[in-house]
Amino acid sequence: MSLTNQTKNQHLMWRAGFGPAVEQLADLSTYSPKQFYKALVKSSDKKPEYLNVADDYLQGLYMGIEEAGRQEKKELTVDEKKMVQQKNREGVRNLNIFWLQVMVNSSAQLREKMAFFWHGHFACRNLNVFFQQSLLDVIRRNALGNFRTLLKEVSTNAAMLNFLNNQQNRKDHPNENFAREVMELFTLGRGNYSENDVKEAARAFTGWGSTLKGDFQFRRFQHDDGSKTVLGKTGNFDGDEVLDILLQKKETAQFITKKLYKFLVNEQVDDAKAEWLAERFYKNEYDIAKLLEDIFTSEWFYAEKNIGAKIKSPVELLAGIQRMLPMKFEKEEALLLLQRSLGQLLFYPPNVAGWPGGKNWIDSSTLMLRMRIPQMLGEKDEFNIKPKDDDDQMMGRPSTVQRMNNNDDPKATAMKALGRLNKPIQVNIDWSLYTKNYEAIERESLLGNITGLLLQAKSQVNPDLIKQFSDQTGRDNFIKTATLQIMSTPEYQLC
Amino acid sequence: MYFKRKEFIQIGSLATASLLLPKFLKAFEGQTMVPMGNKVVVILQLSGGNDGLNTVIPVRNDLYYKARPRLGISKDKSLLLTDEVGLNPSLTGFKELFDDGSLGIINSVGYPNPDRSHFRSMDIWHTASQSTAYLTNGWVGRYLDAQCNGCDKPTQAIEIDDILSLAMKGDHIKGIAVKDPQRLYGTANEKFFKEVMKNHTDQKGEHPADYLYKTMAETLSSADYIFRQSKMHPTKAAYPKTDLGNSMKTIASLIFSEINTKVYYVSLGSFDTHINQEAQQQRLFTEMNDAVKAFVKDLKENNRFEDVLLFTFSEFGRRVQQNASNGTDHGTANNMFLISGGLKQKGMINALPDLGDLDEGDLKYKVDFKNVYATVLNKWLKANDKEILSKQYEYMNFI
Repeated sequence: MSLTNQTKNQHLMWRAGFGPAVEQLADLSTYSPKQFYKALVKSSDKKPEYLNVADDYLQGLYMGIEEAGRQEKKELTVDEKKMVQQKNREGVRNLNIFWLQVMVNSSAQLREKMAFFWHGHFACRNLNVFFQQSLLDVIRRNALGNFRTLLKEVSTNAAMLNFLNNQQNRKDHPNENFAREVMELFTLGRGNYSENDVKEAARAFTGWGSTLKGDFQFRRFQHDDGSKTVLGKTGNFDGDEVLDILLQKKETAQFITKKLYKFLVNEQVDDAKAEWLAERFYKNEYDIAKLLEDIFTSEWFYAEKNIGAKIKSPVELLAGIQRMLPMKFEKEEALLLLQRSLGQLLFYPPNVAGWPGGKNWIDSSTLMLRMRIPQMLGEKDEFNIKPKDDDDQMMGRPSTVQRMNNNDDPKATAMKALGRLNKPIQVNIDWSLYTKNYEAIERESLLGNITGLLLQAKSQVNPDLIKQFSDQTGRDNFIKTATLQIMSTPEYQLC
Repeated sequence: MYFKRKEFIQIGSLATASLLLPKFLKAFEGQTMVPMGNKVVVILQLSGGNDGLNTVIPVRNDLYYKARPRLGISKDKSLLLTDEVGLNPSLTGFKELFDDGSLGIINSVGYPNPDRSHFRSMDIWHTASQSTAYLTNGWVGRYLDAQCNGCDKPTQAIEIDDILSLAMKGDHIKGIAVKDPQRLYGTANEKFFKEVMKNHTDQKGEHPADYLYKTMAETLSSADYIFRQSKMHPTKAAYPKTDLGNSMKTIASLIFSEINTKVYYVSLGSFDTHINQEAQQQRLFTEMNDAVKAFVKDLKENNRFEDVLLFTFSEFGRRVQQNASNGTDHGTANNMFLISGGLKQKGMINALPDLGDLDEGDLKYKVDFKNVYATVLNKWLKANDKEILSKQYEYMNFI
């Protein structure tokens, strides 16, 4: 059976973006996937805007950092320190929500999707919101550019250098963390370097650090400029030259390509295809856009076995629902709660290896929560889950949920009186755009159409069951409830 | 064969329920009978990095009081275990257990190249990895993988929580998280989910959809199973009405049932006491003390204390020196409590940490936590610890 353009374009939108948007639905069957991809590339052309969420207080403090530094570090008081910590924490939360909104609403879907990939690849935790913003900017600017530039900008970024302890990497007192992760996780992959390579590379990165403000700083007196041997090459290398040596190895192209194949195409890697892509990626001097074109304009990308074969990550799931059903969250905090409960909170990867993905997203708790979310949005279900605390984030403070459950807390009591307790998820869905799309569809084909638009995997749920659990009073009611019910199936977890 | 009435009804209804289950779940049926003497582990995680030095207090060590001019707990305030050692004043029940010979304390537990970040260090404890490696599965999860190859029994390891911890996730089998068996996945859409499952013909394919359906089927049937088990012999003992109290009560009820669970997991926190440590630690310790005390009493009255081993851990201890906000910052090695009626080694299992020999202000570890895991896996759960931990760690003698 040959696949329709609609199915193929939906496939493309899910993989090269965060799923089809309600405004696009009519276009899905009109254009060929090639035309669709071209449009996607074009709409990601523009240099992305820097996402800045820091408030005036923090901004002022930040601008003053260098001044203060010159006047011999004006020490902050304990209260000021606490304030700065709290503002930073809020900043990273706002950055999370802001970026998620961009993923939902931006037409630069390809760029944001690839930025999301690099966000997991160059996984980094840092509680300084300015450092995080700057790293995100590096990743979004270079998402479709050249991997060499991207790698070098990430490697000289304050967020990463601090996260991987390179501030402590000094001549005669090496800290190997940064060098190790660059090789193991960012370029070559395990098994393609020796422990000695790590040691020697670490020496080359000595003296790499950042100013308090987050600018790259090369501390010449901490740098070891002696001779090093890395992957068989010997010289008085600095960090930049070591990165070049890593990029000269084909293994780097292979490692990145394979990871990207898993992310964009299928968790089950077709070795021959991945090898072909890697060869070309290497020959094209790490041009990411060309690699993507190789993938998204190939025949095999649209093969049936690759469609509906991926488990959506929590962020893909949350963004995808919102792209299909335009909605406004009364408390944006809800989006953080959901990310945390589902196991993927942007800017808080589990470790430097990033989110493992695939089947790792799914256990009994996360699967059931995923399938309940549509009904929570439709207000038939309540969010009654307490996500685990993240002590890096909480710094010893009680979480919102804990506060809510504390009877002595006046704020919690007030919320209770308003009947809002345990209702962290309240949304207004603008259904009109969505239901309008089905205007021309006859009643008998309605369910089939909705299913086709929402699911990439073949539905194993009996259509009668969906009907039975949907509101049959009136056309719009049916469309709404059937949509939420289809989104509550295992198949909707796939794309 | 002799069935008590309650059990008989229970098995009867399980059999009916199982008609609705896909084939691969029917493994449950023959395996519900767990004999008395089934050894069970309860893991109590103290999240946030509990301050070990104010938990097990070196009451005769001047270095301790020097490093903690305001936070140090004086000898006469602490609950003296020996001339040298006192317990935090909130841990009265633990003191009773010590006197009774059912408490063990391991000091200076940690690992090489300690990490002071909460999430990373917790990751290391959960996966039992080296500090340079990143694993995507946890040590209890790998126990499930090894123990239960080919069968599907996610109820072998239960976490009393809404969300499943990494420690509980294996490659093939994952434990199950249950906050309250009474309202497990109690959702308006539950009927829909059950109908979806009923209509689904089971496939053993490799497609992710099959994996999702398999997980869904396991979840719904485990929920049912746990719910029924929890009602079989619900404990009548009194427990404190706290989160941990409720959790320990649930665990006790399940232990008294015939469920196949070997590992229970529960967390308490946050112990991240950077500021005003005393009040926060006291509040948490009171919750822990009262819940554990009720739990032990209950187990004893039901003659199961010999079969249960409870241990505590935290991702790290805290710095020896107190900070400027009457708190302590992230440190390294820490102590662990062992509680059981079946301990071979009791009391202070090894020496208190040496405060005169620090690593940049932090305690040096003397016992790798993986030795504790290996001992529990091998001697208590009779599992292949070498396979699960990918290395042979030395056994300890507390079991």
